Amino acid sequence: MLESGASLGPVEVAYETYGTLNADRSNAIYVCHALTGDAHAAGHHGDPDRRGWWDNIIGPGRPVDTDRFFVICSILLGGCQGTTGPSSEDPATGRPYGLGFPLYTVRDLVEVHRALLAHMGIDRLAGAIGGSLGGMQVLQWVIDHPDEISAALVICSSSRLSAQNIAFSAVAREAIMRDPDFQDGDYYGTGRAPDTGLSIARMMAHITYLSEESMREKFGRRLQHGDAPRFDFSVDFQVESYLQHQGESFLKRFDANTYLYMTRVMDYFDAFADPATVGASLEGTSTKFLVVSFDSDWRFDTDHSREIVRQLQSWRVPVTFREIESPWGHDSFLLEIPEYHRTVEAFLDRTADDLGI
Amino acid sequence: MSLRPDLDVVAAMVHRGRRVLDLGCGDGALLAHLIDERGCDGTGVEISDEGFHACVARGVPVVVADIDQGLDDVEDDAYDVVILSQTLQATHRPALVLQEMMRVGKVGIVSFPNFGHWRLRWSLAARGRMPASRSLPYHWYDTPNIHLCTIRDFETLLAHEDLRTIRRVLLDERGRPLDDYRRRRPNLLAAGAVYMVGPSIP
Repeated sequence: MLESGASLGPVEVAYETYGTLNADRSNAIYVCHALTGDAHAAGHHGDPDRRGWWDNIIGPGRPVDTDRFFVICSILLGGCQGTTGPSSEDPATGRPYGLGFPLYTVRDLVEVHRALLAHMGIDRLAGAIGGSLGGMQVLQWVIDHPDEISAALVICSSSRLSAQNIAFSAVAREAIMRDPDFQDGDYYGTGRAPDTGLSIARMMAHITYLSEESMREKFGRRLQHGDAPRFDFSVDFQVESYLQHQGESFLKRFDANTYLYMTRVMDYFDAFADPATVGASLEGTSTKFLVVSFDSDWRFDTDHSREIVRQLQSWRVPVTFREIESPWGHDSFLLEIPEYHRTVEAFLDRTADDLGI
Repeated sequence: MSLRPDLDVVAAMVHRGRRVLDLGCGDGALLAHLIDERGCDGTGVEISDEGFHACVARGVPVVVADIDQGLDDVEDDAYDVVILSQTLQATHRPALVLQEMMRVGKVGIVSFPNFGHWRLRWSLAARGRMPASRSLPYHWYDTPNIHLCTIRDFETLLAHEDLRTIRRVLLDERGRPLDDYRRRRPNLLAAGAVYMVGPSIP
């Protein structure tokens, strides 16, 4: 049963784990992925060039230390790489759900995580960590279940999107839905898919993940071929080539309908919409928060994090917060930035010491 | 672990279970004591990386911010007690910091070194050099203490800001409460002071 009242099932969940679950099952950390992430967060499956998307922070001796913690990462509900989503078969019709897949919320994402944990026999987490949409899941998890998580790490996230954030999502969805190959979301098996729309959505999103400074440094106005501009509409600047590559490579691993659903999940998220209920739930929680933002992130700038901190503090929830200097924009949370990693490591070390693991 | 003597004096002014904000909390030793020993809800505000990481390592909630910029993210009366322990003299805008302290807290506790202490006066008068002491161990050019004051100066500022003294404890050079004899000439004989302050009663 979803928050909307719609029901969905059965739900399959694809996940990976790293490290070893200890005897009293107290050392688990849940990694909540962001908009286009997947379950392959760390390590590699035989090919060292294809490491997990958060391999620099998760592993033996890394900030999320798999010598100490048992780390779980699952693909979100509505995903397209193993967890039930719009491209999965609807048992009622025998055909892919498409837009018949029910709309769901961050709360639903969390409930699926919890069902996986129940299946694994884990009823309490040492920690939950996520950036962006991942941080939203961590926040919602603690609000709904204030006694399940010892350390909640919310990285460059938001308690609710701004109008500008929603505007970016809206344009991305328009690009997909206006693609002639979209076919009302029922494009599976037709040999056509809204690839143009999906890659445009991805290209635009990528612009919002980088800062102006990082783009200037990475590409400047450099040209792709030689020194002279071609004076045509082909890919001439390096930044164009980069975006095109990002758009193209995204098509191999992502489904357009999943993109629609996931962005909608973020649009509707409003963690503190009902402050009285949230406050009552959080008063006396045993969870300690670490909130981190990056100074060049303009997708979810530091004000988003400050709002989370201010609200949590108003309910006497212990919060540690800092803004990290980084030129890399929203993408910073995926990068190996020493102060950032040092902060996550110190916070989790303290958590492990408190829990005796 | 035992607290530094002047922090002990501050801690003794905080009742059990209070909500405490420590501005310029440093390594978080005072907050850790208040949280662990006195059941307080505590949060620190600190500007330095070393202080921040020391707090995280102790498990003390801490926010990195510059208190000279005001406390915009903190709501009015959000805390029972706001502490400025050996911090006020290192701020650029002490009056603003005091105002913010009283806006977000019901009472404030301020501790500072007394620049009117006879040893410092003597050092300046006799040697003609900027004084240094146990609690002020810096050169004039590398000191973080840019707004030093005497006990008398501080009380003038309190009056100017319409604040009243609820309690005052005078400290000797080791940060312990001053003996009876020296308490008679505080501005000359106290090396430091801890004030509990609140809004003036109208």
